[in-house]
Amino acid sequence: MTTAARTTTVEVRLPSRLGFEKVAMSTAASVAKLMGFREERIDDLKTAIAEACINAIEHGNRLNEKLSVGVVLSAGVDALEIKVMDDGKGMKSLPTKPDIDKKMHGEEDPRGMGMFLIQALVDEAEWVVGTNGKGSYVRLVIRLDKEEA
Amino acid sequence: MQTDTKSKIDQTTAPSGTPVTVLRFEGDISSASKDAVIGSYQTLNKATVKTVLLDFTKVEYINSSGIALVIQLLMEAANSGQKVLAFGLSAHFNKVFTMVGITKYAGLFPDQAAALATV
Repeated sequence: MTTAARTTTVEVRLPSRLGFEKVAMSTAASVAKLMGFREERIDDLKTAIAEACINAIEHGNRLNEKLSVGVVLSAGVDALEIKVMDDGKGMKSLPTKPDIDKKMHGEEDPRGMGMFLIQALVDEAEWVVGTNGKGSYVRLVIRLDKEEA
Repeated sequence: MQTDTKSKIDQTTAPSGTPVTVLRFEGDISSASKDAVIGSYQTLNKATVKTVLLDFTKVEYINSSGIALVIQLLMEAANSGQKVLAFGLSAHFNKVFTMVGITKYAGLFPDQAAALATV
């Protein structure tokens, strides 16, 4: 990756079929590696982007294979921004932090940890509803540490 | 398109002499892994199996749906009075399991010997 201060963009379109999130994971990992991220941060990014794509496939596009999930990776000088886009209406509200005790006692669905993991593993995460309430995206940012940059 | 999960059941004995059942997983653990994770666990005899080890050594990818299956297994084990330990997770998934609180209900160990030493 050059040191020029411009942003380099990579785009991937995934079918709305579970399992294809791994294509986004490997693409993001390749871009992050070129940027100089440490392996530990690349693993964080892979899990975050996998969960974002799974949400887009399952909840945004409701597993409708006629719809695709867009993934745009924008590599800047010191950060990688990822947008994962679907045709859904977006999130009405962010879920609360998962409670393992409630899950173990059947008071909370064992699922529903994806957004928590995304927020915990990247530096920035925001969920954006598109105009007219259709087409939404999640925007993730992971920054290079000073030692990495 | 999701990769199949394989599971295998082994019997071993801890240094303390306690019999231990090991569920060894291979492949991805995702929403498609219910039979491999819950199904294989449910074949165990709850009256005789008191300690279960989960072997993740050959698992490369676990997503939140897969973690939910592990939690479901832990719930069933807790209800049956069984102790569950896990080993072989990568450093990243050790961190993820710790973040979601699984360590409160299942000890995580680097390898089988370390897990068995605590039984």
